[in-house]
Amino acid sequence: MRKKRKSVKWKRYLPLYFMALPALVYLFINNYLPMTGLVVAFKNFNYKDGIFGSPWCGFANFEYLFSTSTSFIITRNTIVYNAVFIILNTVAGVAAAVLLNEIRSKKAVTVFQTTMIIPYLLSMIIIGYLVFAFLSSENGFINKHVLNFLGVELISWYASPKVWPWLLIFINTLKNFGFLALIYYSTLISVSNEYYEAAKLDGANKWQQIWYITIPYLKPTIITMVLLSVGRVFYSDFGLFYQVPQNSGALYSVTNTIDTYVYRSLIQLGDVGMASAAGVYQSIVGFLLVLAANAAVRKISPDNAMF
Amino acid sequence: MKRKKKQHRESRVAEGIGYIVFILTALAVLIPMLLLVIASFTDNDILNRAGYSFFPEKWSLDAYKFLFTQSTSIIRSIGVSIVVTTVGTTMGLFFTMMLAYALSRDELPGRRAMMFFVVFTLLFNGGMVPTYFMYVNYLHVKNTMWGLLLPNLLVNGFNVLLMRTYFRNNVPKELLESARIDGAGEVKSFFHIVLPISTPILATIGMLIGVNYWNDWYNGMLYVTDPELFSMQSFLNKIMMDIQFLSQTAGTSDANSIVANIPSGSVRMAMAFIATIPVVVIFCFVRKYFAKGLTVGSVKG
Repeated sequence: MRKKRKSVKWKRYLPLYFMALPALVYLFINNYLPMTGLVVAFKNFNYKDGIFGSPWCGFANFEYLFSTSTSFIITRNTIVYNAVFIILNTVAGVAAAVLLNEIRSKKAVTVFQTTMIIPYLLSMIIIGYLVFAFLSSENGFINKHVLNFLGVELISWYASPKVWPWLLIFINTLKNFGFLALIYYSTLISVSNEYYEAAKLDGANKWQQIWYITIPYLKPTIITMVLLSVGRVFYSDFGLFYQVPQNSGALYSVTNTIDTYVYRSLIQLGDVGMASAAGVYQSIVGFLLVLAANAAVRKISPDNAMF
Repeated sequence: MKRKKKQHRESRVAEGIGYIVFILTALAVLIPMLLLVIASFTDNDILNRAGYSFFPEKWSLDAYKFLFTQSTSIIRSIGVSIVVTTVGTTMGLFFTMMLAYALSRDELPGRRAMMFFVVFTLLFNGGMVPTYFMYVNYLHVKNTMWGLLLPNLLVNGFNVLLMRTYFRNNVPKELLESARIDGAGEVKSFFHIVLPISTPILATIGMLIGVNYWNDWYNGMLYVTDPELFSMQSFLNKIMMDIQFLSQTAGTSDANSIVANIPSGSVRMAMAFIATIPVVVIFCFVRKYFAKGLTVGSVKG
């Protein structure tokens, strides 16, 4: 009897499973199938035999990867940049959402929403062009007009590693905070005004209202967004580190991340073994970080953990 | 009374800080864009001699004349971008909304496992090398339209999460229940009841998927080497590093005389500007839905 009811239930939901199927199949092909290809990192790859036919070589690719000083630089760059990005994007996103919520003029809200999301809607190629217009050594606005005018010595920007960490952090924040701010803002507009009215009656000042009502309300979303970005802390925005500095060799010490390294090894050097070893390193460590972050969240606030 | 006054003043201060911050960020965004637009209208010789400037000595429409009359390859790339964006967005939105809807139904058996399957893709993947080999060696997408459509962009787990949250929060259970009693099947009630009340999330996710396709240069870089299949962004990517490419594809045998005549510097900027316009314009229409569509919600099943 019970079994029968269960099968009836299944049948009823069959259309829903069919609806879910195309996207699930796509995710399986695009995201899961390539995971089996990670074995190529343990192989002495040649194009004739392909990924699965090439002979095994144990950890040779990894030994080679970690014997170079590059492995340290790409790891440091990837992690440090991402850590700074996560912190700045979260702080700027939340702050912008809170401030946007304070603005009463609907027109002003519309305008600011648009201006702050524009960078998010631009491709990294276009951002690269914008940066180039300012920084090009021969024709750039800064060299031609600002530095010339001040009578200062011209700077060859694409060969000056010192400025790029700041520049990349600035660009990344400006590009991404607006989208995050809108995500937080969409959570905020559902906060009932009654909470604030009650707090005001109790004599809470603005800061207290933000700290004790707004932020707790945002907390689940903040945790989810941070957790998702911690999961990607070993991945980097390829466009930001490759396109914006125009793949300039003089800047590799501050722009080379695991992703740009993998790309250069694969496409420019054709070194499949090295590229895939770096890729496996990226995947495994990244995954461990997610587990660790999730475990930490489960301790602090179990409801917001991902699994 | 005094306290109320103080609270009122604090609100004004917070609002004032908001205005200052947002006006500054707006300037940080708009000033570089203005420089790009002005550069595209600057006479190319001036651009090469005096550099990028907000007040060029001589204005010119040469870049746009060149773009729209002389370069068939650029027009073609605009066509590729439009086709890829339309097809990709339609397919992606369709796949995403159907999966998200199934996941939004709390009573669906196996929903938790499916949810984990989706969230996991946000945290872990095979990386560039295996993905590249799978698409090139096993699915043979190199130099086909599929190379621009399939890798990475079609369905994104995060969009599925956003959409699922919207369906959960905004589709009343009673509505579905009464549809079921009236004899409507799952598919029918999804298309006739759920979708009509879901414009905000469809607009939001459609915009997000569309922007990713329109802005894609990464798939173009990895999977397309044939100039016939270059999208606008691929084209821009190519001429950033190699301005000669513009003359190679200009379609004349007398390459040398053409190179001298092509306003290459301003053409680049004009093309970058043209690639930006549609995204910003479409956002202005979609913006009012964004605040409703961008709620993340719980990622648990």
